[in-house]
Amino acid sequence: MHNKIEDIEVRLLLEAIHLKYHYDFRGYAMASIKRRLIQARDRFGCRTISMLQDLVLHDESILMELMGYLTVQVSELFRDPAYFKAIRETVVPHLKTYPSLKVWIAGCSTGEEVYSFAILFREEGLEDRTIFYATDINQDSLRKAEAGVYGLDRMRLFTENHRLSGGKSSLSDYYTAAYGAATFDKSLRKRIVFSDHSLVTDAVFAETQLVSCRNVLIYFNKDLQNRAIGLFRDSLSNRGFLGLGAKETLRFSSHVDGFAEFARDERLYQKREEA
Amino acid sequence: MDGRYPLKGSRAVVIGASAGGLQALSAILPHLPEDYDPVLVCIHLPPHKNSVVAELFADKCRMSVVEADDKAPIEAGTIYFAPPDYHLLVEQDHSLSLSNEAPVYFSRPSIDVLFETAAEAYGEDLTGIVLSGANEDGAAGLRAVIDAGGRGLIQMPKGAYARLMPESAIAACPEARVLPLEQIAAELTGDAS
Ligand SMILES: C[S@@+](CC[C@H](N)C(=O)[O-])C[C@H]1O[C@@H](n2cnc3c(N)ncnc32)[C@H](O)[C@@H]1O
Repeated sequence: MHNKIEDIEVRLLLEAIHLKYHYDFRGYAMASIKRRLIQARDRFGCRTISMLQDLVLHDESILMELMGYLTVQVSELFRDPAYFKAIRETVVPHLKTYPSLKVWIAGCSTGEEVYSFAILFREEGLEDRTIFYATDINQDSLRKAEAGVYGLDRMRLFTENHRLSGGKSSLSDYYTAAYGAATFDKSLRKRIVFSDHSLVTDAVFAETQLVSCRNVLIYFNKDLQNRAIGLFRDSLSNRGFLGLGAKETLRFSSHVDGFAEFARDERLYQKREEA
Repeated sequence: MDGRYPLKGSRAVVIGASAGGLQALSAILPHLPEDYDPVLVCIHLPPHKNSVVAELFADKCRMSVVEADDKAPIEAGTIYFAPPDYHLLVEQDHSLSLSNEAPVYFSRPSIDVLFETAAEAYGEDLTGIVLSGANEDGAAGLRAVIDAGGRGLIQMPKGAYARLMPESAIAACPEARVLPLEQIAAELTGDAS
Protein backbone atom coordinates (compact mmCIF):
# COMPACT_ATOMS: atom_id res chain seq x y z
CA MET A 1 0.00 0.00 0.00
CA HIS A 2 2.95 2.25 0.71
CA ASN A 3 3.68 2.94 -2.93
CA LYS A 4 0.12 3.80 -3.65
CA ILE A 5 0.07 6.51 -0.96
CA GLU A 6 3.29 7.94 -2.36
CA ASP A 7 1.73 8.11 -5.82
CA ILE A 8 -1.16 10.09 -4.36
CA GLU A 9 1.23 12.40 -2.56
CA VAL A 10 3.30 13.02 -5.68
CA ARG A 11 0.19 13.94 -7.64
CA LEU A 12 -1.00 16.29 -4.91
CA LEU A 13 2.40 17.95 -4.66
CA LEU A 14 2.56 18.56 -8.40
CA GLU A 15 -0.98 19.92 -8.34
CA ALA A 16 -0.05 22.24 -5.45
CA ILE A 17 3.02 23.53 -7.29
CA HIS A 18 0.90 24.17 -10.34
CA LEU A 19 -1.81 26.04 -8.43
CA LYS A 20 0.61 28.15 -6.43
CA TYR A 21 3.51 28.73 -8.81
CA HIS A 22 2.13 27.87 -12.29
CA TYR A 23 4.91 25.42 -13.03
CA ASP A 24 3.16 22.43 -14.53
CA PHE A 25 4.90 19.11 -13.89
CA ARG A 26 1.67 17.11 -13.78
CA GLY A 27 2.30 15.36 -17.09
CA TYR A 28 5.94 14.46 -16.50
CA ALA A 29 6.98 10.81 -16.77
CA MET A 30 6.03 9.48 -13.38
CA ALA A 31 8.70 6.88 -12.62
CA SER A 32 11.57 9.34 -12.78
CA ILE A 33 9.97 12.42 -11.19
CA LYS A 34 8.74 10.29 -8.30
CA ARG A 35 12.24 9.02 -7.61
CA ARG A 36 13.59 12.55 -7.64
CA LEU A 37 10.86 13.83 -5.33
CA ILE A 38 11.65 11.05 -2.88
CA GLN A 39 15.27 12.23 -2.93
CA ALA A 40 14.06 15.79 -2.35
CA ARG A 41 11.89 14.62 0.54
CA ASP A 42 14.96 13.12 2.20
CA ARG A 43 17.11 16.14 1.38
CA PHE A 44 14.64 18.52 3.05
CA GLY A 45 14.36 16.22 6.05
CA CYS A 46 10.67 15.52 5.47
CA ARG A 47 9.12 12.25 6.58
CA THR A 48 6.56 12.27 3.78
CA ILE A 49 6.05 13.98 0.45
CA SER A 50 2.96 15.61 1.99
CA MET A 51 5.25 17.38 4.45
CA LEU A 52 7.37 18.56 1.55
CA GLN A 53 4.19 19.94 -0.03
CA ASP A 54 3.51 21.93 3.13
CA LEU A 55 7.03 23.37 3.01
CA VAL A 56 6.97 24.38 -0.62
CA LEU A 57 3.50 25.93 -0.47
CA HIS A 58 4.52 28.26 2.32
CA ASP A 59 8.07 29.12 1.27
CA GLU A 60 8.90 30.15 -2.26
CA SER A 61 12.63 29.73 -1.68
CA ILE A 62 12.00 25.99 -1.31
CA LEU A 63 10.55 25.90 -4.80
CA MET A 64 13.75 27.36 -6.21
CA GLU A 65 15.73 24.56 -4.66
CA LEU A 66 13.12 21.95 -5.55
CA MET A 67 13.48 22.95 -9.21
CA GLY A 68 16.83 21.18 -9.10
CA TYR A 69 14.93 17.95 -8.38
CA LEU A 70 11.93 18.57 -10.62
CA THR A 71 14.22 19.12 -13.60
CA VAL A 72 17.41 17.29 -14.54
CA GLN A 73 20.38 19.43 -15.56
CA VAL A 74 22.95 17.34 -17.37
CA SER A 75 24.66 18.53 -20.50
CA GLU A 76 27.91 18.64 -22.44
CA LEU A 77 29.37 20.64 -25.27
CA PHE A 78 28.87 18.67 -28.50
CA ARG A 79 27.13 15.92 -26.56
CA ASP A 80 26.82 12.88 -28.85
CA PRO A 81 29.33 14.20 -31.39
CA ALA A 82 27.75 12.12 -34.18
CA TYR A 83 24.63 14.29 -33.92
CA PHE A 84 26.60 17.49 -34.53
CA LYS A 85 28.60 15.81 -37.25
CA ALA A 86 25.41 14.84 -39.05
CA ILE A 87 24.11 18.40 -38.72
CA ARG A 88 27.37 19.76 -40.03
CA GLU A 89 27.50 17.42 -42.99
CA THR A 90 23.87 16.98 -43.96
CA VAL A 91 21.75 19.80 -42.51
CA VAL A 92 24.13 22.74 -42.91
CA PRO A 93 24.15 22.48 -46.75
CA HIS A 94 20.36 23.01 -46.67
CA LEU A 95 20.63 25.85 -44.17
CA LYS A 96 23.16 27.60 -46.39
CA THR A 97 20.42 28.18 -48.94
CA TYR A 98 18.53 30.49 -46.55
CA PRO A 99 19.39 34.20 -46.29
CA SER A 100 18.45 34.28 -42.61
CA LEU A 101 17.99 31.56 -40.02
CA LYS A 102 16.25 31.05 -36.72
CA VAL A 103 17.30 28.12 -34.55
CA TRP A 104 15.51 27.06 -31.37
CA ILE A 105 17.38 25.14 -28.67
CA ALA A 106 14.49 23.97 -26.46
CA GLY A 107 15.48 22.90 -22.95
CA CYS A 108 18.95 24.44 -23.21
CA SER A 109 19.84 23.77 -19.56
CA THR A 110 23.15 25.43 -18.64
CA GLY A 111 23.95 26.40 -22.23
CA GLU A 112 26.34 23.75 -23.50
CA GLU A 113 24.10 22.81 -26.42
CA VAL A 114 23.54 26.34 -27.71
CA TYR A 115 27.27 27.19 -27.48
CA SER A 116 27.98 24.04 -29.48
CA PHE A 117 25.64 25.33 -32.18
CA ALA A 118 27.10 28.82 -32.08
CA ILE A 119 30.60 27.42 -32.57
CA LEU A 120 29.48 25.03 -35.31
CA PHE A 121 27.62 27.81 -37.13
CA ARG A 122 30.64 30.09 -36.90
CA GLU A 123 32.85 27.37 -38.33
CA GLU A 124 30.40 26.85 -41.15
CA GLY A 125 29.97 30.55 -41.89
CA LEU A 126 26.32 30.66 -40.84
CA GLU A 127 26.60 32.55 -37.57
CA ASP A 128 25.99 36.05 -38.89
CA ARG A 129 22.70 35.20 -40.49
CA THR A 130 21.35 33.27 -37.49
CA ILE A 131 19.41 34.03 -34.34
CA PHE A 132 19.46 31.31 -31.69
CA TYR A 133 16.63 31.08 -29.20
CA ALA A 134 17.77 29.15 -26.15
CA THR A 135 14.87 28.40 -23.82
CA ASP A 136 14.34 26.60 -20.53
CA ILE A 137 12.13 26.77 -17.45
CA ASN A 138 14.96 26.59 -14.94
CA GLN A 139 16.01 30.17 -14.10
CA ASP A 140 19.16 29.08 -12.40
CA SER A 141 20.29 27.19 -15.46
CA LEU A 142 19.39 30.06 -17.78
CA ARG A 143 21.58 32.35 -15.68
CA LYS A 144 24.47 29.89 -15.91
CA ALA A 145 23.87 29.51 -19.62
CA GLU A 146 24.13 33.24 -20.08
CA ALA A 147 27.33 33.39 -18.06
CA GLY A 148 28.92 30.62 -20.16
CA VAL A 149 31.37 29.55 -17.46
CA TYR A 150 32.24 25.87 -17.08
CA GLY A 151 34.69 23.92 -14.97
CA LEU A 152 38.09 23.66 -16.59
CA ASP A 153 38.09 19.95 -15.77
CA ARG A 154 35.32 19.45 -18.34
CA MET A 155 37.28 20.95 -21.24
CA ARG A 156 39.04 17.71 -22.09
CA LEU A 157 35.76 15.96 -22.75
CA PHE A 158 34.33 19.01 -24.55
CA THR A 159 37.43 19.30 -26.73
CA GLU A 160 37.28 15.64 -27.66
CA ASN A 161 33.54 15.91 -28.43
CA HIS A 162 34.16 18.98 -30.58
CA ARG A 163 36.87 17.19 -32.51
CA LEU A 164 34.66 14.14 -33.07
CA SER A 165 31.88 16.41 -34.32
CA GLY A 166 34.14 17.42 -37.19
CA GLY A 167 35.24 20.69 -35.54
CA LYS A 168 37.27 22.88 -37.88
CA SER A 169 38.94 25.01 -35.23
CA SER A 170 40.39 24.51 -31.80
CA LEU A 171 37.87 24.68 -28.97
CA SER A 172 40.37 26.67 -26.91
CA ASP A 173 39.88 29.55 -29.39
CA TYR A 174 36.46 30.10 -27.85
CA TYR A 175 37.21 30.32 -24.13
CA THR A 176 39.66 31.80 -21.70
CA ALA A 177 40.86 29.76 -18.78
CA ALA A 178 41.46 31.18 -15.33
CA TYR A 179 41.15 29.94 -11.76
CA GLY A 180 39.84 26.51 -12.72
CA ALA A 181 37.09 27.94 -14.93
CA ALA A 182 36.64 28.28 -18.66
CA THR A 183 34.70 31.37 -19.72
CA PHE A 184 33.27 31.21 -23.20
CA ASP A 185 33.74 34.18 -25.44
CA LYS A 186 31.09 36.90 -25.25
CA SER A 187 30.99 37.14 -29.01
CA LEU A 188 29.37 33.70 -29.12
CA ARG A 189 26.40 35.16 -27.25
CA LYS A 190 25.86 37.98 -29.75
CA ARG A 191 23.38 35.92 -31.73
CA ILE A 192 21.76 34.09 -28.78
CA VAL A 193 18.53 35.10 -27.06
CA PHE A 194 18.07 33.28 -23.75
CA SER A 195 14.55 33.09 -22.41
CA ASP A 196 12.21 31.49 -19.98
CA HIS A 197 9.80 29.35 -21.98
CA SER A 198 7.91 26.18 -21.06
CA LEU A 199 7.14 23.51 -23.60
CA VAL A 200 4.20 22.56 -21.40
CA THR A 201 2.43 25.88 -20.93
CA ASP A 202 3.80 28.39 -23.45
CA ALA A 203 3.11 28.91 -27.14
CA VAL A 204 5.17 29.15 -30.32
CA PHE A 205 7.08 32.47 -30.54
CA ALA A 206 8.91 32.39 -33.88
CA GLU A 207 9.19 30.67 -37.22
CA THR A 208 12.32 28.53 -37.17
CA GLN A 209 14.32 26.43 -39.63
CA LEU A 210 15.93 24.15 -37.04
CA VAL A 211 14.75 23.00 -33.62
CA SER A 212 17.04 21.00 -31.36
CA CYS A 213 15.32 19.53 -28.32
CA ARG A 214 17.46 16.89 -26.73
CA ASN A 215 16.97 14.92 -23.55
CA VAL A 216 14.00 17.04 -22.52
CA LEU A 217 11.13 14.98 -23.92
CA ILE A 218 12.30 11.90 -21.99
CA TYR A 219 10.96 13.60 -18.86
CA PHE A 220 7.48 14.03 -20.34
CA ASN A 221 4.65 11.50 -20.67
CA LYS A 222 3.31 10.80 -24.16
CA ASP A 223 0.63 13.50 -24.09
CA LEU A 224 3.11 16.19 -23.12
CA GLN A 225 5.56 14.94 -25.71
CA ASN A 226 2.84 15.31 -28.31
CA ARG A 227 2.15 18.86 -27.18
CA ALA A 228 5.83 19.82 -27.36
CA ILE A 229 6.37 18.19 -30.74
CA GLY A 230 3.24 19.99 -31.94
CA LEU A 231 4.90 23.28 -30.97
CA PHE A 232 8.01 22.36 -32.92
CA ARG A 233 5.90 21.46 -35.91
CA ASP A 234 4.06 24.76 -35.78
CA SER A 235 7.28 26.69 -35.34
CA LEU A 236 9.23 25.00 -38.15
CA SER A 237 9.02 26.29 -41.68
CA ASN A 238 8.28 23.77 -44.41
CA ARG A 239 11.13 21.27 -44.66
CA GLY A 240 12.60 22.58 -41.42
CA PHE A 241 14.68 20.25 -39.25
CA LEU A 242 14.04 18.73 -35.85
CA GLY A 243 16.80 17.05 -33.83
CA LEU A 244 16.12 14.89 -30.77
CA GLY A 245 18.29 13.19 -28.15
CA ALA A 246 20.19 9.99 -28.88
CA LYS A 247 17.46 7.71 -27.57
CA GLU A 248 14.39 9.79 -28.41
CA THR A 249 12.15 9.05 -31.37
CA LEU A 250 8.98 10.28 -33.06
CA ARG A 251 7.96 6.67 -33.60
CA PHE A 252 5.57 6.67 -30.64
CA SER A 253 4.29 10.19 -31.21
CA SER A 254 1.00 11.30 -32.77
CA HIS A 255 3.09 13.59 -35.02
CA VAL A 256 5.04 10.78 -36.63
CA ASP A 257 3.44 11.45 -40.02
CA GLY A 258 4.25 15.14 -39.92
CA PHE A 259 7.96 14.46 -40.24
CA ALA A 260 10.26 12.38 -42.41
CA GLU A 261 13.31 10.61 -41.01
CA PHE A 262 16.32 12.58 -42.20
CA ALA A 263 19.20 10.83 -40.40
CA ARG A 264 17.84 7.86 -38.53
CA ASP A 265 20.69 7.07 -36.14
CA GLU A 266 21.26 10.71 -35.27
CA ARG A 267 17.54 11.27 -34.64
CA LEU A 268 17.20 14.05 -37.18
CA TYR A 269 13.81 14.66 -38.77
CA GLN A 270 12.55 16.96 -41.49
CA LYS A 271 9.12 18.51 -41.43
CA ARG A 272 6.93 17.39 -44.29
CA GLU A 273 5.41 20.00 -46.55
CA GLU A 274 2.00 21.00 -45.28
CA ALA A 275 -0.82 20.28 -47.66
CA MET B 1 -4.19 -3.92 -3.35
CA ASP B 2 -6.87 -3.16 -5.93
CA GLY B 3 -5.58 -1.19 -8.89
CA ARG B 4 -2.01 -1.23 -7.74
CA TYR B 5 -0.70 -3.07 -10.79
CA PRO B 6 -2.95 -1.82 -13.53
CA LEU B 7 -1.80 -4.27 -16.19
CA LYS B 8 -1.78 -7.39 -14.10
CA GLY B 9 -1.11 -10.57 -16.00
CA SER B 10 1.61 -9.55 -18.40
CA ARG B 11 4.95 -10.64 -17.06
CA ALA B 12 8.50 -9.42 -17.40
CA VAL B 13 12.07 -10.22 -16.38
CA VAL B 14 14.69 -7.68 -15.27
CA ILE B 15 18.39 -8.54 -15.19
CA GLY B 16 21.25 -6.60 -13.62
CA ALA B 17 24.90 -7.31 -14.35
CA SER B 18 28.25 -5.62 -13.99
CA ALA B 19 31.82 -6.93 -14.12
CA GLY B 20 31.69 -10.36 -15.76
CA GLY B 21 28.16 -9.58 -16.87
CA LEU B 22 28.57 -10.08 -20.61
CA GLN B 23 29.72 -13.63 -20.10
CA ALA B 24 26.93 -14.31 -17.59
CA LEU B 25 24.30 -12.89 -19.96
CA SER B 26 25.67 -15.11 -22.73
CA ALA B 27 24.73 -18.13 -20.63
CA ILE B 28 21.12 -16.95 -20.32
CA LEU B 29 19.78 -14.78 -23.12
CA PRO B 30 20.49 -17.10 -26.10
CA HIS B 31 18.49 -19.86 -24.38
CA LEU B 32 15.24 -17.93 -24.21
CA PRO B 33 12.61 -18.83 -26.83
CA GLU B 34 11.64 -16.26 -29.40
CA ASP B 35 8.26 -15.43 -27.85
CA TYR B 36 9.49 -15.26 -24.25
CA ASP B 37 8.35 -12.56 -21.80
CA PRO B 38 10.02 -9.17 -22.25
CA VAL B 39 13.49 -8.99 -20.70
CA LEU B 40 14.95 -5.67 -19.53
CA VAL B 41 18.70 -5.65 -19.01
CA CYS B 42 20.89 -3.16 -17.19
CA ILE B 43 24.59 -3.82 -17.58
CA HIS B 44 27.30 -1.45 -16.37
CA LEU B 45 29.69 -0.53 -19.14
CA PRO B 46 32.27 2.26 -19.26
CA PRO B 47 30.52 5.58 -20.01
CA HIS B 48 30.85 7.20 -23.41
CA LYS B 49 31.28 3.89 -25.13
CA ASN B 50 28.93 3.58 -28.01
CA SER B 51 27.12 0.54 -26.95
CA VAL B 52 27.46 -2.51 -29.10
CA VAL B 53 25.95 -4.96 -26.59
CA ALA B 54 22.56 -4.98 -28.25
CA GLU B 55 24.15 -5.80 -31.59
CA LEU B 56 26.37 -8.38 -29.97
CA PHE B 57 23.41 -10.26 -28.54
CA ALA B 58 21.11 -9.75 -31.52
CA ASP B 59 23.16 -12.30 -33.43
CA LYS B 60 23.09 -14.85 -30.65
CA CYS B 61 19.50 -14.66 -29.46
CA ARG B 62 16.19 -15.96 -30.72
CA MET B 63 14.38 -13.06 -29.10
CA SER B 64 14.80 -9.69 -30.79
CA VAL B 65 17.33 -7.46 -29.08
CA VAL B 66 17.24 -3.66 -29.02
CA GLU B 67 18.71 -0.76 -27.13
CA ALA B 68 15.73 0.84 -25.41
CA ASP B 69 14.17 3.95 -26.93
CA ASP B 70 12.26 6.39 -24.76
CA LYS B 71 8.52 5.60 -24.47
CA ALA B 72 8.81 2.25 -26.24
CA PRO B 73 5.98 -0.07 -25.22
CA ILE B 74 7.36 -3.19 -23.53
CA GLU B 75 6.61 -6.15 -25.78
CA ALA B 76 6.99 -9.91 -25.43
CA GLY B 77 9.72 -11.52 -27.50
CA THR B 78 12.04 -8.55 -27.02
CA ILE B 79 15.18 -7.97 -24.94
CA TYR B 80 15.74 -4.30 -24.08
CA PHE B 81 19.16 -3.05 -23.06
CA ALA B 82 19.52 0.17 -21.08
CA PRO B 83 21.43 2.63 -23.29
CA PRO B 84 24.81 3.78 -21.97
CA ASP B 85 24.64 6.92 -19.83
CA TYR B 86 20.86 6.77 -19.30
CA HIS B 87 18.81 5.22 -16.52
CA LEU B 88 16.14 2.87 -17.81
CA LEU B 89 12.80 3.10 -16.00
CA VAL B 90 9.47 1.30 -16.31
CA GLU B 91 6.23 3.27 -16.27
CA GLN B 92 2.91 2.02 -14.87
CA ASP B 93 1.51 1.55 -18.38
CA HIS B 94 4.39 -0.83 -19.17
CA SER B 95 6.27 1.56 -21.37
CA LEU B 96 9.93 2.47 -20.96
CA SER B 97 11.36 5.83 -20.10
CA LEU B 98 14.90 7.11 -19.90
CA SER B 99 16.56 9.65 -17.66
CA ASN B 100 19.88 11.45 -17.28
CA GLU B 101 19.48 11.95 -13.56
CA ALA B 102 22.46 11.43 -11.26
CA PRO B 103 24.28 8.09 -11.24
CA VAL B 104 23.39 5.65 -8.44
CA TYR B 105 26.39 3.78 -6.97
CA PHE B 106 28.44 5.63 -9.61
CA SER B 107 26.37 3.89 -12.27
CA ARG B 108 24.15 5.20 -15.01
CA PRO B 109 22.28 3.04 -15.96
CA SER B 110 21.53 1.81 -12.45
CA ILE B 111 20.19 -1.65 -11.73
CA ASP B 112 18.33 -0.41 -8.65
CA VAL B 113 16.48 2.23 -10.68
CA LEU B 114 15.37 -0.34 -13.26
CA PHE B 115 14.37 -2.96 -10.69
CA GLU B 116 12.51 -0.57 -8.37
CA THR B 117 10.43 1.01 -11.10
CA ALA B 118 9.75 -2.38 -12.74
CA ALA B 119 8.66 -3.76 -9.36
CA GLU B 120 6.10 -0.98 -9.05
CA ALA B 121 4.75 -1.58 -12.52
CA TYR B 122 4.74 -5.39 -12.56
CA GLY B 123 4.39 -6.45 -8.90
CA GLU B 124 4.15 -10.22 -8.60
CA ASP B 125 4.48 -10.67 -12.36
CA LEU B 126 8.16 -9.79 -12.30
CA THR B 127 11.32 -11.86 -12.02
CA GLY B 128 14.51 -10.04 -11.00
CA ILE B 129 17.95 -11.57 -11.59
CA VAL B 130 21.23 -10.30 -10.17
CA LEU B 131 24.38 -11.57 -11.90
CA SER B 132 28.14 -11.16 -11.54
CA GLY B 133 29.45 -7.74 -10.52
CA ALA B 134 31.89 -5.90 -8.29
CA ASN B 135 29.58 -3.37 -6.63
CA GLU B 136 26.37 -3.31 -4.60
CA ASP B 137 23.98 -2.06 -7.25
CA GLY B 138 20.95 -4.34 -7.58
CA ALA B 139 20.62 -5.43 -3.95
CA ALA B 140 18.06 -2.76 -3.04
CA GLY B 141 16.38 -3.25 -6.40
CA LEU B 142 15.96 -6.99 -5.94
CA ARG B 143 14.62 -6.31 -2.43
CA ALA B 144 11.96 -4.09 -4.02
CA VAL B 145 11.10 -6.80 -6.56
CA ILE B 146 10.53 -9.36 -3.82
CA ASP B 147 8.66 -6.91 -1.58
CA ALA B 148 6.24 -6.26 -4.43
CA GLY B 149 5.56 -10.00 -4.67
CA GLY B 150 7.96 -10.83 -7.47
CA ARG B 151 10.55 -13.57 -7.73
CA GLY B 152 14.27 -13.10 -7.09
CA LEU B 153 17.10 -15.13 -8.63
CA ILE B 154 20.78 -14.61 -7.94
CA GLN B 155 23.82 -16.05 -9.66
CA MET B 156 25.77 -18.24 -7.24
CA PRO B 157 28.77 -16.17 -6.09
CA LYS B 158 31.02 -19.23 -6.25
CA GLY B 159 32.07 -19.40 -9.86
CA ALA B 160 30.95 -15.85 -10.66
CA TYR B 161 33.56 -13.58 -12.23
CA ALA B 162 32.91 -10.99 -9.49
CA ARG B 163 31.13 -11.98 -6.30
CA LEU B 164 30.30 -8.73 -4.53
CA MET B 165 27.11 -7.98 -6.42
CA PRO B 166 25.52 -11.42 -5.98
CA GLU B 167 26.69 -11.53 -2.37
CA SER B 168 25.16 -8.14 -1.60
CA ALA B 169 21.91 -9.25 -3.22
CA ILE B 170 21.88 -12.43 -1.11
CA ALA B 171 22.43 -10.39 2.05
CA ALA B 172 19.53 -8.08 1.16
CA CYS B 173 17.26 -10.87 -0.11
CA PRO B 174 17.71 -14.10 1.84
CA GLU B 175 14.55 -15.51 0.26
CA ALA B 176 15.85 -15.22 -3.30
CA ARG B 177 16.94 -18.42 -5.06
CA VAL B 178 20.67 -18.72 -5.58
CA LEU B 179 21.52 -20.73 -8.67
CA PRO B 180 24.63 -21.66 -10.61
CA LEU B 181 24.73 -19.67 -13.83
CA GLU B 182 23.96 -22.70 -16.02
CA GLN B 183 20.66 -23.29 -14.24
CA ILE B 184 19.22 -19.79 -14.52
CA ALA B 185 18.01 -20.11 -18.11
CA ALA B 186 16.36 -23.45 -17.32
CA GLU B 187 14.67 -21.88 -14.31
CA LEU B 188 13.28 -19.13 -16.52
CA THR B 189 11.98 -21.39 -19.23
CA GLY B 190 10.59 -23.95 -16.81
CA ASP B 191 13.01 -26.67 -17.89
CA ALA B 192 14.50 -26.92 -14.42
CA SER B 193 14.68 -30.44 -13.06
C1 LIG C 1 18.89 16.97 -19.34
S1 LIG C 1 18.65 18.68 -19.73
C2 LIG C 1 19.02 18.71 -21.46
C3 LIG C 1 20.11 19.67 -21.83
C4 LIG C 1 20.54 19.66 -23.30
N1 LIG C 1 19.43 19.86 -24.19
C5 LIG C 1 21.30 18.40 -23.64
O1 LIG C 1 20.75 17.48 -24.24
O2 LIG C 1 22.47 18.31 -23.28
C6 LIG C 1 16.87 18.87 -19.66
C7 LIG C 1 16.40 20.31 -19.61
O3 LIG C 1 14.99 20.40 -19.89
C8 LIG C 1 14.47 21.47 -19.13
N2 LIG C 1 13.02 21.38 -19.07
C9 LIG C 1 12.26 20.58 -18.27
N3 LIG C 1 10.96 20.84 -18.45
C10 LIG C 1 10.88 21.81 -19.40
C11 LIG C 1 9.79 22.51 -20.01
N4 LIG C 1 8.53 22.24 -19.66
N5 LIG C 1 10.05 23.43 -20.95
C12 LIG C 1 11.34 23.71 -21.29
N6 LIG C 1 12.41 23.09 -20.75
C13 LIG C 1 12.18 22.15 -19.81
C14 LIG C 1 15.18 21.30 -17.82
O4 LIG C 1 15.10 22.46 -17.02
C15 LIG C 1 16.59 20.95 -18.25
O5 LIG C 1 17.36 22.12 -18.39
